[in-house]
Amino acid sequence: MTTAAGDNGVLSDAIPLREIGWFERLLGPENYRIVTGLLKTPASILGFILIALFVIIALAAPVLAPPLTATGDPYKIPRDGFSSPPRPMGSEWKSRQPPLPFWWNAIFHTDKWFHILGTSEGQYDIYYGVIWGTRTAFRTGLIVTFTTFLIGVLVGSVSAYYGGAIDNILMRIVDVFLTLPFLLAALILAAVLVPKMGRSVIPSMIALIAFGWMGYARVIRGDILSIKERDYIMAAKVIGVKDGSILFRHIIPNAIFPTLVLASLAIGDVTLSFAALSFLGIGVDVGYADWGQVLSFARNWITSLNTYWYIIVWPGLTLVLFVMGWNLVGDALRDVLDPRMRGKS
Amino acid sequence: MVTYVIRRLLLMPVLLFGVTILIFGMLQFLSPVERTALYVRDVPKNANALDGIIRQYGLDKPLYVQYYKWLTGTINPATGERVGGILFGDFGYSRTASEPVADIIKQRFPNTVDLALWTVAPLILVGIWMGVQAAVHQNGFIDQAARIFSIVGTSFPTFVFGLLVLMIFYANLKWLPPGRLSDWANSVVLSSNFHHYTSLLTIDSLLNGRFDIFWDALKHMILPIITLSYISWATFVRVTRSSMLETLRQDYVTTARAKGLPESAVVNKHARPNAMIPVVTLAGFQVVGLLGGVVITETVFNYPGIGSAAAVAAAQLDVITVLGFAIFNGMILILANLAVDVMYAYIDPRVRLS
Repeated sequence: MTTAAGDNGVLSDAIPLREIGWFERLLGPENYRIVTGLLKTPASILGFILIALFVIIALAAPVLAPPLTATGDPYKIPRDGFSSPPRPMGSEWKSRQPPLPFWWNAIFHTDKWFHILGTSEGQYDIYYGVIWGTRTAFRTGLIVTFTTFLIGVLVGSVSAYYGGAIDNILMRIVDVFLTLPFLLAALILAAVLVPKMGRSVIPSMIALIAFGWMGYARVIRGDILSIKERDYIMAAKVIGVKDGSILFRHIIPNAIFPTLVLASLAIGDVTLSFAALSFLGIGVDVGYADWGQVLSFARNWITSLNTYWYIIVWPGLTLVLFVMGWNLVGDALRDVLDPRMRGKS
Repeated sequence: MVTYVIRRLLLMPVLLFGVTILIFGMLQFLSPVERTALYVRDVPKNANALDGIIRQYGLDKPLYVQYYKWLTGTINPATGERVGGILFGDFGYSRTASEPVADIIKQRFPNTVDLALWTVAPLILVGIWMGVQAAVHQNGFIDQAARIFSIVGTSFPTFVFGLLVLMIFYANLKWLPPGRLSDWANSVVLSSNFHHYTSLLTIDSLLNGRFDIFWDALKHMILPIITLSYISWATFVRVTRSSMLETLRQDYVTTARAKGLPESAVVNKHARPNAMIPVVTLAGFQVVGLLGGVVITETVFNYPGIGSAAAVAAAQLDVITVLGFAIFNGMILILANLAVDVMYAYIDPRVRLS
């Protein structure tokens, strides 16, 4: 039992003190409350399970769906011929089969590749696109989120710390960037960048970064404004600590946690926006392993989706489950961070 | 309230200036030759003529001159006509559609407005009603249904949802087609007997007394409406619910109950009007969002609004057209946001009387 110093055990005998584990010490009481709150509800646990599942799929992609050649770009979905109409699930893989994964025979009892989830227009294998699309989702999601987070924190903290005219100017810039609808703005910037940079994941990612940082800037600005008024900051100023080190060593570490959690859960949304851009035909090349790109093949087959249902259901379901995983956790997070909910759990 | 509105009005030119600078900045990614599309329909093959055009419209001048000319256009000395100038509604020429961008907007924007109107009205009415019910019967059936729906709903990307409803209601059941009108209805609308009073198709067809065309237009809009509203609907219910719950806990509501008013009067007359303040703001922003062009939904359903036009132009890398849409959108959104803010100030007595 932990004893508070100086009470000779009298008080702690009357009211047993709560054990404080190393984890709580590491995070601090407020952040610890947030983390444990996230692991309490069944919904958020389901969310974490979904996310973990996708992490495993992404890591195991070369085992689940081996690329055509060891040296080529694994994100190019292998095609079985070039004919237009999609082919149903389980149909035979006729030409240019990728190497068989080792588990294939054990599960399907055959030495032949077939299209597990069918092919989409142009004979792109849907199963391969879904598996490697998971890697695209994490890659783009992580990079975009991390970069937007950095920009947002930089702008928001400079704005809040200096205040006055700088704050005013930076916040008006935030307003301007928020004026255009997010997807339209990203669409435009991607369309401007593609002729300069060629078709790849990069133009869409830059577009999502350029119009995605404003939320973080606003959140961290609010948190810093409240921390700035604390006594220890005043003390640091009085003993002559430089502006930069007050901001980066004393203020930001204490203000950053809510923004950090917010950012870590935005990966689902970022993936969704990226898939939306690919779906609209901007950014990645045709045949790139990205869920939105795989779904965009369906746009030419709207009238016969009753026959070709598998070209939307499988990539669609994957995307929905991925986003739902992040949303379930995010929903729990909102409850934990909401000051009105504090102490109710 | 007056100072609030004035402050808000003063912000508007700042936003307008910022948005034009932002879009002008993106325009600088294009070469001067590509930027001639701002002023002329066809790029001449002849290098001398091309140089002439670049010089005539100042595309080789310093940036601030180009920006000014981009805003106000160039007056042709021979004819005295203004060419270009986004402030005068000239957004240049679309290379892919080979017509002025402003003309595309003029054709397509009414369709977007039409869709927004038919989406918003049922959304607000049903959403508010359900939100109030969810608050009054907390943890009841509607409350639980709305909670589950909002988590599942927000995880469903619009394009996946749109494709799924198309699969069910169009490919399988053949009930609700994509597009704007059936062929027969389209030929009637294009004929000279059909008067375009408002250029909103549903309202025009009613004014013309053509209920069959009205029904046909509505049939094409049902799936986009559902796709546009399923996420907003959940948000609406949630916001109304939490605002209503908060109001029902206020002292004046207890007072109303204590003096013996029937529960329906307490809810409808005393609690609801005050609970509506945040909801009205939300509704305003929903309308604004819908007017901003709903790129994905319009594209999935092949609906000829400005959103799908922007998506098509962007996919063909027709930057001048997309930027034209962006400016138009930006201006509409700035005005609409201003309207919502002023409306909010008017509705909320705490702001109105301050």
